[in-house]
Amino acid sequence: MTLFKMFRRGSAPIARERLQILLAHERGARNQPDLLGILREEILAVISRHVPFEPDKVQIKLDRGKSVSTLEVDIEIPNGFGVALAKAS
Amino acid sequence: MANVVVVTSGKGGVGKTTSTAALGAALAQHGEKVVVIDFDVGLRNLDLVLGAERRVVFDLINVITGVAKLPQALIRDKRLENLHLLPASQTRDKDALTEDGVAKVIDELRTKFDWIICDSPAGIERGATLAMRHADAAIIVTNPEVSSVRDSDRIIGLLDSKTVKAENGERVEKHLLITRYHPSRAARGEMMTIEDVLEILSTPLLGIIPESEEVLRASNIGSPVTLSNALSAPARAYFDAARRLRGEVVPMIVPSENKGIFNKLFGRKAA
Repeated sequence: MTLFKMFRRGSAPIARERLQILLAHERGARNQPDLLGILREEILAVISRHVPFEPDKVQIKLDRGKSVSTLEVDIEIPNGFGVALAKAS
Repeated sequence: MANVVVVTSGKGGVGKTTSTAALGAALAQHGEKVVVIDFDVGLRNLDLVLGAERRVVFDLINVITGVAKLPQALIRDKRLENLHLLPASQTRDKDALTEDGVAKVIDELRTKFDWIICDSPAGIERGATLAMRHADAAIIVTNPEVSSVRDSDRIIGLLDSKTVKAENGERVEKHLLITRYHPSRAARGEMMTIEDVLEILSTPLLGIIPESEEVLRASNIGSPVTLSNALSAPARAYFDAARRLRGEVVPMIVPSENKGIFNKLFGRKAA
């Protein structure tokens, strides 16, 4: 492409490029199942087999970083089970 | 068999109501029996665009709630005896638009008409999802502009998941109608081209409606553009789109840079 053409090419190609990137991202997010919901359900199923806890006292958070993402699981366990956990370890 | 078609877009102001009126009239002008339904409860405008605003007595919500029978609410166009309007309610509560109620109305209309064209409200809320709910086919109205294209993509996703057809594992037939197209601005690179929009949305093209003063004039006088000036560029584009909707193969013509002259044949086959 000549410099003249580049200068003249207008803003439409920019619109097109921005849309292609954005929609690829949005379509991916749309078709994905609820990852956090699935993780939450399966993690809680495993833990509840061994330790009783209240489902309301569970927090699951997914932080997406540029290179690394972190999954934070915070479960409040009633006190009696602290002893059992300590013995097990 | 009746065809239920939703005219939808996500974004407001792109030309859904104008296109519903023009395509409904064009089909009626071909001799088809047509009803156009306004789903924009609280903000009805299809009556105004069709010049029937003073003839509205009962509306869609009245029929759903049993206040009126369907034939009482249908308004027959004064110029086209095959064209009927089922207006939206202007004041009533939006919650009165129920899924069962809409299903019953559509079922009854299917026995009386060849084409049932549902003019969707903007957005993705209840009115919009109910307008598309029973559709056999969808016309996605898009302007060659970023926010309109993005919203159209979102609506295409809903058509593929939230309609009765989609839930039964079938597909709603989708058609893209590009409106307010400025050939000269596209040629200068100021506006996305038809190819750009088609590539991004990968949906078959139903028609290209050029930007035209005739469209505004038509709504000013309360007449579909296919009636107010049948030889104008937008009217001809709507007539072609209506023929494609009926399954005819009509060569796609891209409005050219020379104002009012359609001379550049577009290589792509219609839907």
